[in-house]
Amino acid sequence: MASILAVDDSASMRQMVSFALKNAGHEVVEAVDGVDALSTAKNNKVNLVITDVNMPNMDGISLIKELRNLPDYKFIPILMLTTESAPEKKQEGKSAGATGWLVKPFDPDQLLATINKVLG
Amino acid sequence: MSIDISQFHQTFFEECFEGLEVMESGLLNLDIGNADNEVINAIFRGAHSIKGGSATFGFTEVASFTHVMETLLDEMRAGQRDVTQSLIDILLRSVDCLHGMIAATSQGEPIDTSSVSSLQKELETVLGSTPVNSSDSSTIPPTSPGNAGDSIVEWLIDFKPHADMVRTGNDPVLLLREIERIGEVQIVIDTSNVPDFKNIDPESCYLSWVLTLTTSESEANIRQIFDWVEDECDLRIEKISNTTTPLPPQRDSAAIAAPDIASQPEKTGVKKSTAENSSIRVSIDKIDALINMVGELVITQSMMGQLDGNLEDFDVSKLEKLRDGLTLLERNTRELQESVMRIRMLPISFSFNRFPRMVRDLSQQLNKKINLTMSGEQTELDKTVMEKIGDPLVHLLRNSLDHGIETPEVRLSKGKPETGTIELNAYHKGGNIVIEISDDGAGFNKDKILAKAVENNLIGSNDDISDEKIYDLIFMPGFSTADTISDVSGRGVGMDVVKRNIRELGGNIDVTSEVDKGTTFTIRLPLTLAILDGQLLSVGTQTYIVPLVSIVESLQIKKENINSIAGKSEVYKLREDYIPILRLHDVFGIKASTRDLTDGLLVVIEGDGKKIGLYIDDLLGQQQVVIKSLESNYEPIQGISGATILGDGTVSLILDVEGLITLQQNINYSQDAA
Repeated sequence: MASILAVDDSASMRQMVSFALKNAGHEVVEAVDGVDALSTAKNNKVNLVITDVNMPNMDGISLIKELRNLPDYKFIPILMLTTESAPEKKQEGKSAGATGWLVKPFDPDQLLATINKVLG
Repeated sequence: MSIDISQFHQTFFEECFEGLEVMESGLLNLDIGNADNEVINAIFRGAHSIKGGSATFGFTEVASFTHVMETLLDEMRAGQRDVTQSLIDILLRSVDCLHGMIAATSQGEPIDTSSVSSLQKELETVLGSTPVNSSDSSTIPPTSPGNAGDSIVEWLIDFKPHADMVRTGNDPVLLLREIERIGEVQIVIDTSNVPDFKNIDPESCYLSWVLTLTTSESEANIRQIFDWVEDECDLRIEKISNTTTPLPPQRDSAAIAAPDIASQPEKTGVKKSTAENSSIRVSIDKIDALINMVGELVITQSMMGQLDGNLEDFDVSKLEKLRDGLTLLERNTRELQESVMRIRMLPISFSFNRFPRMVRDLSQQLNKKINLTMSGEQTELDKTVMEKIGDPLVHLLRNSLDHGIETPEVRLSKGKPETGTIELNAYHKGGNIVIEISDDGAGFNKDKILAKAVENNLIGSNDDISDEKIYDLIFMPGFSTADTISDVSGRGVGMDVVKRNIRELGGNIDVTSEVDKGTTFTIRLPLTLAILDGQLLSVGTQTYIVPLVSIVESLQIKKENINSIAGKSEVYKLREDYIPILRLHDVFGIKASTRDLTDGLLVVIEGDGKKIGLYIDDLLGQQQVVIKSLESNYEPIQGISGATILGDGTVSLILDVEGLITLQQNINYSQDAA
């Protein structure tokens, strides 16, 4: 059972992600954009971050960079949710420090299969 | 485990409509030639979220259509495409189209595919690219299970993580575990690169592995496990041999199944009823205030609870405490009530937001140049009131656009700027919200209105009518002065309906106009329909309630200020004003405790811009009352707007201020006539 931070500006995606994760027994904190996520992450240490890429205020890529600068989040897995299957976006995420990605659309089962890849 | 994702559809639809609103207002705000990148970004994000969500929730048509829009917006965002009027036009039409698609989907109705696909083609033409595959394969992850042949192969996997692989949160051990799940594996660890202890960097990875894997999975699927780390390791995967020994059935496959999109749309039909459930978005602040209030209430309750511990012990000393408790309880209840009411309050921007688009479209259609300015969008009012005021506002705005603002040529010939201005303004005043719609157009032509009224037999041809009355004529049923009936307005149904709707909400509408200067409609509405701050009055044995907001002042009557007009009707001289006196006991036919004016009090009330003085016996307390409709429980009575139940269980009638003022005037007229 892990604590997971789910970041997405879309409420329906956030609801789905967090519902699926809670259903699988995980603890979930939600954030609506990068800025919100960063302060949430500082206040609650989580075992995994799942973030959308396109968000207002602070996008997912910048969030990943910021998180990797925090000692607590140096090795924490960070997954990005992206609709862009284009390799540049993934590459951009990787170089920012993302662990991996999950391409939208996905269903709850795919989500759980993916996070199991990164949760020890 | 499988989760029914249709439970998120309602949120998704609401989010879509919000996103579309953002996109629309963004598009309307884009300056051609000098577009704000942040605005384009916001529009792009709107489309992007709708696309992502619709693909996730299985609305493929929406996803496919939005994908094309998104591509176009992405090019605009990247500066590869200039913002032009025609581009904005087509995007606005796309927003409308998308709105229709989502509305249909949310109601479980079929999408109008022909208009969608023709617009999609237009978008694709603009893009100048080859049509995008309508199933939008680009956004769907490669479907993985490739074990068609069932041929079992032995693979050699040489996996050398780079030293910094763990810094992206990837754990080689977890990857090995993944490999283990797709087949039989033998793992040999290579520790030859581990340096001396003093040289070890604990944040680096020095190990590497050689694996022998026996699996029926394809090479692509094996590689997929290393997808995230392909740049952070040296990876060599080689086929060693084909074996024919069948493997035991695999454990839970790590391969990701293709999303079951096709089966989703059917579910939307079942959910039809939920789409009509309206919901409300409440800010956390308001909820917090509410929870805080409830907390206070619980404290008060426990405080009172201590008193009732042993009733035999109750003595006078506890009375004081009881009274304190009750005072606290009263305050808590009122605050709680206010907080709950506040939940229903929404900023009027919810209603205003659709107007810029409407003005833009209509002004193009009418060949007029119109600038819409809005202020006070954050003014809050009750959701129910807001829903009911939407249509009347649209109607008034259309009227201003169609009849008010002149064509550019006419305006120039009148010496006015070519571009007309319509102002929408909302603000709180007392317990009311005031909405003003003003234009700098032609104003009302009184002669035309009079002629039309005579023609329609609304008035006689020789009636002498004041300006105010002339303007009131436009609210009469079947009245229109438009020379030609257009699509926009002019069918003569409307203004009377507007007035009726507003009156039904307990509000009123005024109009002022000046030829060639413009027209202003002023709407006053109560903030909420359920609760009223009331002043209790006693007349004889009865208690009545007057809305506190209508009371200008209350005073003791001085004999020297009473005047009689024509021997019968009484007026009171209040400073420089003469105010008609209405004796409430006469109006409602009840026995007064006194008929001498100097024994009672005068409550000056104002409504419809007029003042009258109510003659009553005494003022009682003030309190908030819950309005119960008289119409639905009894029948309408002139001068009474409703009833409420007081603390002692008696029914008290709520006075209708406007109704009383009309009543007073009628009494005067009938006396004049007599």
